[in-house]
Amino acid sequence: MAKLPPYTTTGQKIWHYTFRFLTGLVFLFLITPILIIIPLSFNHEPYFTFTSGMLHLDPEAYSLRWYRDIFANGMVNPDATGAEWWSDMWNNAQWIRATKNSFIIGFWATLLATGFGTLAAIGLSRSEMPFKGAIMSLLISPMIVPLVVTAAGMFYFYSNDFNPFVEGKQALAGSKLGVILAHAALGTPFVIITVTSTLVGFDKSLTRASANMGAGPLRTFFKVQMPLILPGVISGGLFAFITSFDEVVAVLFLAGPEDKTIPRQMWSGIREQISPTILAVATILVAISIVLLATLEMLRRRSERLRGLSPS
Amino acid sequence: MKLKNVLFSATALLAVGTVAATAGTLTVVSWGGAYTKSQVEAYHKPWMEKTGNTIVSEDYNGGLAEIKAQVEAGNVSWDVVDVELSDAVRGCDEGLLEEIDKSILPPAPDGTPAEEDFIPGALQDCAVANIVWSTIFAVDSSKTHGVDSIDDFFNTTDFPGKRGMRKGPKANLEMALMADGVPADQVYDVLNTPEGVDRAFAKLDTIKDDIVWWEAGAQPPQLLADGEVTMTTAYNGRIFNAAVAENKPFEVIWDGQIMDFDLWVIPKGAPNKDLALDFIAFSTDTQRLADQASWISYGPARKSSGALVGLYSDGKTEMGPHMPTAEANLKNALVNDFEFWADNADQLNERFNAWLAK
Amino acid sequence: MSDDTHTGPVLAADGTPLKKKLAQALFVSRARAFALVAPLLLFIVISFMVPIISLMIQGVKNDTFSRNMPLTTAVLADWDTTTPPDESMYAALVGDLIQARKDKTIGQVATRVNRELSGTRSMFTKTARKAAKLSPPYAAALQDIDEDWGDMAVWQAMKVASLKYSPAFYAAALDMEYKADGSFERLPERDRIYVYLFIKTILIAATVTLATLVLGYPVAWLLASLPARQSNLLMILVLLPFWTSLLVRTTAWIAMLQAHGVLNNLFVWIGLTDDDHRFSLIYNMTGTIIAMTHILLPFMILPLYSVMKGIPPSYLRAAKSLGATNWTAFWRVYFPGTIPGIGAGGLLVFILAIGYYITPALVGGQDGQMISNFIAYHMQKSLNWSLAAALGGILLMIVLIFYWLYDKIVGIDNMKMG
Repeated sequence: MAKLPPYTTTGQKIWHYTFRFLTGLVFLFLITPILIIIPLSFNHEPYFTFTSGMLHLDPEAYSLRWYRDIFANGMVNPDATGAEWWSDMWNNAQWIRATKNSFIIGFWATLLATGFGTLAAIGLSRSEMPFKGAIMSLLISPMIVPLVVTAAGMFYFYSNDFNPFVEGKQALAGSKLGVILAHAALGTPFVIITVTSTLVGFDKSLTRASANMGAGPLRTFFKVQMPLILPGVISGGLFAFITSFDEVVAVLFLAGPEDKTIPRQMWSGIREQISPTILAVATILVAISIVLLATLEMLRRRSERLRGLSPS
Repeated sequence: MKLKNVLFSATALLAVGTVAATAGTLTVVSWGGAYTKSQVEAYHKPWMEKTGNTIVSEDYNGGLAEIKAQVEAGNVSWDVVDVELSDAVRGCDEGLLEEIDKSILPPAPDGTPAEEDFIPGALQDCAVANIVWSTIFAVDSSKTHGVDSIDDFFNTTDFPGKRGMRKGPKANLEMALMADGVPADQVYDVLNTPEGVDRAFAKLDTIKDDIVWWEAGAQPPQLLADGEVTMTTAYNGRIFNAAVAENKPFEVIWDGQIMDFDLWVIPKGAPNKDLALDFIAFSTDTQRLADQASWISYGPARKSSGALVGLYSDGKTEMGPHMPTAEANLKNALVNDFEFWADNADQLNERFNAWLAK
Repeated sequence: MSDDTHTGPVLAADGTPLKKKLAQALFVSRARAFALVAPLLLFIVISFMVPIISLMIQGVKNDTFSRNMPLTTAVLADWDTTTPPDESMYAALVGDLIQARKDKTIGQVATRVNRELSGTRSMFTKTARKAAKLSPPYAAALQDIDEDWGDMAVWQAMKVASLKYSPAFYAAALDMEYKADGSFERLPERDRIYVYLFIKTILIAATVTLATLVLGYPVAWLLASLPARQSNLLMILVLLPFWTSLLVRTTAWIAMLQAHGVLNNLFVWIGLTDDDHRFSLIYNMTGTIIAMTHILLPFMILPLYSVMKGIPPSYLRAAKSLGATNWTAFWRVYFPGTIPGIGAGGLLVFILAIGYYITPALVGGQDGQMISNFIAYHMQKSLNWSLAAALGGILLMIVLIFYWLYDKIVGIDNMKMG
């Protein structure tokens, strides 16, 4: 902490420390709930709270049983050993199935969102782009429209009997494809926002210089523009992925029973069988977000370095 | 359908490199928690072993809404659903369920045909019952003492504390009337009049501020264990499992219990109807039904299963006294009137929701 | 865009007018820019806009009755809603009931009419069961089964239900009734619910916005005024929650707030309350507001921080050296500079909060439910999709107004993430 200058009055000192204390409380508010679930997930008892054993740091009070439970849930024979256990776990465990679904859906949704989104962002940041404002607000709107409205609309539209456009065809609702399309739409605003913001600092003379030296538009794009906006594209993609990875409303409305994702599984866990297994899963997810956060921070610094801005 | 499956397998292959299973997959929907577990142990696992098919087990909280949404929207993804009797009857009336030919059901071991072996009312046009269950209320006997009648549930003066109740009018209105002094055999006569409904809601009003609403069958034991409530209505098997399997000091109060069937139904247009029929026939044979009763304290729907019911899966607890149909538990018991609920569920749900939102 | 022909055109190298040439070039580069945006635009329009618009249409369209009861629908169209129904109308009704019973659509029809006039459902199902055996005169035969068939209110309800397009559901979403004669009437006091819910939703969103502002402002200020090394470290405490799953954070709050949760145990331990009087912090509105404030706080801090970062610290020092007290310096110099950040963060939080569904559903209990929860309820439980669509339409309208404000005040281009 910065040292207070010697001329500070007592009142200012009191104010300074009160202010620090109050903001400290807010930081506590922000971070405590996330940290508190970590020890709780090692609870030996099926409760969401600290038992007296845990408070006395009795090793007996801690266990990995809820982590084992993540795998055991849904397995045909959780007591088997060796290869049988592994194949059973891989094919039947509910959380493993949900993890696979989350990654499949997240992968395709991210691919769609990043592909479309990056192209659109490049188009939108050109000064000649017509109807820029209107199109921009349209493309950002998936982030703004209440999720329930979006999901209900898609459920309704993707259902056979009500969709005037695809009479008689296979319904998209109740399938992964429906969820992927929904998540792709929800993810694009993030890609647009991050990519356009890397393009804001983009020096147009670089492309002209490249063209001057004889590079075609494609070559210019891949050799000059792409490396510079790549951090933006990747962080936009990460945002799109995390949006899909964390999204549950569209999954609730659109997914079939075999397409449950991790958040969907957590949702029914919280509503129906509140067990600390949820906390164990949550702890793993917190670990994943820490990794993602670190990646993103790295990208941000790289982007700033490439664009010649001083890191802040 | 095929194209879609191919597409999805390809998707799966591309993204994580797994190979999709080739055998059929049946989606079986039930009430979750200990109850689903009992079905998984007694029905799903042996069936999967026998046929080589896979079962995706899905949880829901009862009611016809999801089935109706799937049928009306034309994307049915559920194959077999475990429903209450009134919903089975109503769903059949509304064309939401497939009719089930009873000749597929195997006879009892002694040769008695299925139609005679099942308890009266257990076989419906579109449904085959598997268990008899009951809505009861339970207390944590280590904290609350002296509770023995349904009146006590509504008595927050002598027994202060929160009450857990299922979010919905069913069973709550009946219990309210019984606590208000209506004898069990007159409950539905009273409830069939507008004044009777008012009376039931008025009784619920007296404890409204103390009620914690639950939706899933797994919640009440949890509420009781966490101390969120001092008494809660619950499905009897859930309390039994918490008490016996997890050693919770829970006590079931049988006074004012409301019995009902749970039945298997097949939503209209289910993707795997043939597998579903095979599963239903398999799971409701004498031995399977008896097996289920060793996992949870619900009575089998076949008479011939009764003799085979023995000990709980821990190998020492006698199941008999924990069944809703045990002699001692029937002193003040009500059998759910499915016709009343088939006819009035919509109106009463609406009224209940309006009452709740105020 | 007409060409100005009075002055002689300037020609380009190849002889075409320069103006035209420029316009051509501009058109090409515009088309090129647009072509880049087009795939996404198409995708968003088809997979996002059209579904929402079709949902909105569902709010005014409902053909359950007219599809399944064609004869009755035809006679009702000519009925003036005040003269008692005649025998031909009863006959049409019986014909439709027999058919609907056969098609197993009677349940849908009964549900549809029941939405207009509660308590009529069993009348339809009951009568349909017996309809095939009825003989004329049908008026008397029907009233034999249920005397309410002679009630004008039932016929008026059927009339409203028979309209393929009607404002009935939007009216219902505003606690009003659309009458058969085309007028609107407010529902009686005890049946009003949605207007109250919309107001409650807005109030919850406003409370959460205010709470995030009060908590977020000092944090953003601290982050903006600390040296980079320290502020980057503290920033992690803001970004980690931001990147943590919504479900995880909601779960965490359940663990924190429930009766035997971490906070209540702490309160009992320090003697703030005793074991029998634990605070009800969750499964009510308090729970919703606390959890939502936590989840949305980063959305307030980040825009505030980026605005504050742009205010040179020398301003405050200058104000103080000119004799301003700490408070005056803050209030007259610093605070006005942060108003754009407050606007951006506030509107963003408010817009996100007003459509919240997951958190209220999990921790809201009875009185912590918001309008989204009721939309989901009508989509999934009561299956009154038209009412859900109407409620969704109104919610969308409110959100769009604030989105428009956001665009006006902040500008969508200025939206930043992380």
